[in-house]
Amino acid sequence: MTMLTINKLHKAFGGLSAVMNFNFQMEQDELVGLIGPNGAGKTTVFNLITGVYKPDQGQIIFEGQNLVGMAPYSICAQGVARTFQNIRLFNELSVLDNVKIACHKNVQYSVLGALMRTPAFFKGEAKIEQDALKFLEVFKLENKRDELAKNLPYGEQRRLEISRALATQPRLLILDEPAAGMNPQETNSLMKLIEMIRREFGLAVLLIEHDMSLVMGVCERIYVLDYGLIIAKGLPQEIRNYTQVIEAYLGEELN
Amino acid sequence: MQTKKIKWTRILLEAAFLVVLFSLVQYSISTHMLSQYYQINLTSMCINIILAVSLSLINGFTGQLSLGHAGFMAVGAYTAVIMTTKLDYPFLAALVGALFAAGLAGFVIGVPTLRLKGDYLAIATLALGEIIRVVLQNIDYVNGPAGISGIPKLTTWAWLFGGVVLTLLVVVNLVNSSYGRAIISVREDEIAAELMGINTTKYKVLAFVIGAGFAGLAGALYGHYFYIIKPETFNFLKSFDILVMVVLGGLGSTTGAVIAAIFITILTAALQPFPEIRMIIYALILIVVMIYRPQGLMGNKEFSRQTLGRIWGGRQ
Amino acid sequence: MQELIQQLVNGLSLGAIYALIALGYTMVYGIIKLINFAHGDVMMVGAFVGFFSITLLGTNIAVAMLIAMAVCALLGVIIEKVAYRPLRNSTRIASLITAIGVSLLLEYLTIFLLGPNQKIFPDTAFTVKAYDIAGLSILNKDVFVFVSAVGLMLVLQYIIKYTKTGKAMRAVSLDNEAAILMGISVDKTISTTFAIGSALAAAAGVMVGVYYGAINPLMGIIPGLKAFVAAVLGGIGIIPGAMVGGFVIGLLETLVSGYGNSLYRDAVSFGVLILILLVKPTGLFGKDTGEKV
Repeated sequence: MTMLTINKLHKAFGGLSAVMNFNFQMEQDELVGLIGPNGAGKTTVFNLITGVYKPDQGQIIFEGQNLVGMAPYSICAQGVARTFQNIRLFNELSVLDNVKIACHKNVQYSVLGALMRTPAFFKGEAKIEQDALKFLEVFKLENKRDELAKNLPYGEQRRLEISRALATQPRLLILDEPAAGMNPQETNSLMKLIEMIRREFGLAVLLIEHDMSLVMGVCERIYVLDYGLIIAKGLPQEIRNYTQVIEAYLGEELN
Repeated sequence: MQTKKIKWTRILLEAAFLVVLFSLVQYSISTHMLSQYYQINLTSMCINIILAVSLSLINGFTGQLSLGHAGFMAVGAYTAVIMTTKLDYPFLAALVGALFAAGLAGFVIGVPTLRLKGDYLAIATLALGEIIRVVLQNIDYVNGPAGISGIPKLTTWAWLFGGVVLTLLVVVNLVNSSYGRAIISVREDEIAAELMGINTTKYKVLAFVIGAGFAGLAGALYGHYFYIIKPETFNFLKSFDILVMVVLGGLGSTTGAVIAAIFITILTAALQPFPEIRMIIYALILIVVMIYRPQGLMGNKEFSRQTLGRIWGGRQ
Repeated sequence: MQELIQQLVNGLSLGAIYALIALGYTMVYGIIKLINFAHGDVMMVGAFVGFFSITLLGTNIAVAMLIAMAVCALLGVIIEKVAYRPLRNSTRIASLITAIGVSLLLEYLTIFLLGPNQKIFPDTAFTVKAYDIAGLSILNKDVFVFVSAVGLMLVLQYIIKYTKTGKAMRAVSLDNEAAILMGISVDKTISTTFAIGSALAAAAGVMVGVYYGAINPLMGIIPGLKAFVAAVLGGIGIIPGAMVGGFVIGLLETLVSGYGNSLYRDAVSFGVLILILLVKPTGLFGKDTGEKV
C-alpha cells in the first residue's frame, strides 16, 4: 500500500528553486534512499515533509492525509518522525529526558493531574519512563540514561537522536545523514540497526546519506536529486549504472 | 511498596517542616517578637519569591525573555484592590480574581507575542507592560497616576506563606512532569521540540499564563500590605528588578530564584540606611556577580535533599 | 493642514534625536548582539558634559557638543572593556543584566556626585528664536537639532560605507569568526563601535538639553527606551532602520501630543511597535533569515 505520495512539490528561496517538480512515492515498510550532491535540495525535501518549511506548490499525502499546511508537531502526531543533519539534541538534558520528551505526545495525565500529583500522574510517569527506557535499550544507551546529552560521544549522540525519533512512535522514520561522521565499523553497525528497527517496529524509512556503501547496502529503492530535480530513480543496481548519476554525484573520476 | 512508603514519609516530613516554619513565624509575630521593620521585610521577601519563581518559569524554564512581568503584577494588584475596596469581595476571592485576571492578561498578550523570538519578544513584552501602566494612568475609576490609597491591610503572614507555598508547589510540580519537560524542550531547541511532537506555542503560552497569574497574586498581596498602589510602581524598572533575581539565582533553577529573591530583599534592607550609595552598591554587585558568575548562583541546578545528602555524605 | 505640517516640523527634531540614540543601540546590537540598556545613560552623561562645558569652560554649543562626544566615546570604550568584554562568551542574558547594572551605576553615580535635581540648560549658549516661514513657526533650536543630527548621520554613513574601520565593523557584525580569519582585530572594532555609538548619544544628549531646556540624572531612561523601540521598529542591527524608526517614533509622539491625549503619548509608540512586530516580526527593514535546519 502506498504510504507517502508527493506530487509536484516546489519550493524556492528568493529566486533560487531548491526543489522543483518533485514527485515521489513510497510504500509501507519500504526503505528508500535520497541521494545527490551537496545543495541538491535533499534536506529541503525533508523539511517540506516534516513541516519546517511550507511548500510553494504541491501536495504531500501521508496515509491519505495532506500534510501541507500542518504544523510540524501535528505532522509528528500523524506518524512522521525525523533526525537532523546537524544533531539537534536537548543538550542540557539527560539522555533519558531527551527520549521522554518524545514520549510526551501520548501523555496520559492532565496538567491539573501533574499539579495535584494524582495517581494518574504517577502511573503516567511510570509508563513514560518504561517506554523511554525501552527505546534506549534498542540503542544500548540505557546505562547512559543520566548523562547529559551533550556529554555523549558523537556516535552515541546520533543513536540517541534516532531513538528519540522512534519514541514518537512513527510509521515513517526520516533520517538525515545518519552515518555522517561515523567510521566504517560504526556505519556498518548502524546499517544493521536500521534494518532491525525497521523490522521490529514495522516502519518505513526514508534516508539521506552520502556513504554509498550504506545507501547501496540497505536501500530498496533510490531517488537521485540534483539542482532540485529528480534525475534518476530505481533499484540500487540500476542507479549504479546511470551515467547521469555518475556524473552528477559519484564524479567522473570513477570512470 | 517500599518506594511508596518512602514517598509518604517524605511528604509527611515536608508538611511537618512547613507547619513548624509557619507556626514559629506566626508565633513571633503574634507575640511582637518580630518588629514591624522585620515584618515589612518578610512581606517583601515573600512577594519577591513569588515574583521571581513565577518569572523563572517563563524566562528560566521556557527560555522566553519577558520584560513585562511588572505589568501582570499591576493587573493583579488593581483587580484585587478594586474587588476588596470597591466591590466588597472577601480577600480570598480577590486573590483568586487577581490570579485569574493576570493569567488572562498573560493569555491575551502571550498568544500574539510569543511568536516573536529572543530580543524582539523582550521588547514586545516590555512595551506591553508599559502599555498596561499607561492605560492605568488614564483610567479615572482607579484615580489615574495618583493610584488607589487607603487599601485595608488584609495581607497577613498566613496569606503570604500560603501564596509562596502555592507558587512553589505549582511551578515545581509543573516543571517536574511531562508538561514541564515539554516546556524545557522549548528552551533547549524549539525546532527539535516541535518536530518531536511538542506543540511549542501551546506550552509557551501555558508557562506564560501561569507565570503571569502568580505575578498577579504577588501584586494583590503587595497592594493589601503597603496601603497604596499606583501605576508608576509597576513600570519596566520593576520588571528589571524581578529579572535580576531570576538571572542572579540561575536560569532554570527554582531554588536559585528563591535564594536570589531572599538575598536581594536582605540586600535592599541592609542598604536602606545609606540611601545615597544604595543603588551604586546594588549596581556594582550586579556587574561583579555577572562577570564572575554569569550562570547565576545555582546555574540550572536545584538545591535539593540529594544535594544536601551529597554534601553530607561527601560523595561525588 | 497648516497645523499638521507644523506638527510634522516639530516632530522632525525630536525624531532626529531618537534616531541618533537608536543608531548607537543598533550598532552595538549589530556587532555583539547586546541590548545595551546603559546607552540612554551615556546620552545623559553627554548632556551633563555639554552643560559643564558651557557653564564652567564657557564654550559655545558646538564646542560643548564636540567635548561631550569625545568624553562619551571614551566612556563607551571603558564600559565595553570593563563590563561587557568579560561576558562576551557568556549567555546574552548575563550581558543584559550587566547592562542594567551599568545603567543604574551611571544614573546613581551622577545623582551621588551632582544631586538628583534637574539643571537648567544655560540659554546663554543658545538663545531660542522663532522664525515665521510660509505661515509656519520654526524655532532655531529645532533647526539646530535637525541639521546637526542629520549631519552626524551623514558622517556615520560615510564612515561605515567608505572607510576601513566601517568595513571592519560590517565584517564583524556579519561574521565574527570570518572577520578574525581575515585579520580584523575584533576587539578594536568593537571598541570603535562603542566609541562611535556613544559619541552619537552624547551629541543627542546635548541636543536634548537644548530641546527641553533642562537635564537631570534620570533623563536617559525614557528617551533611551524610546530609541530602543525605534531601533527594534526599524529592525535591530540595521542602520537605516534605526534612522527611520527614530523619525517614525518622534513624529508619532508629536502628533499624538498635538492632536490627542498627551498622557497616551508613551503608549502610542509602544503600541505601534507591537503592531509592526505582529505583522513583521523582525521590524520594518529586518530580514527574516529563519533558522537553518
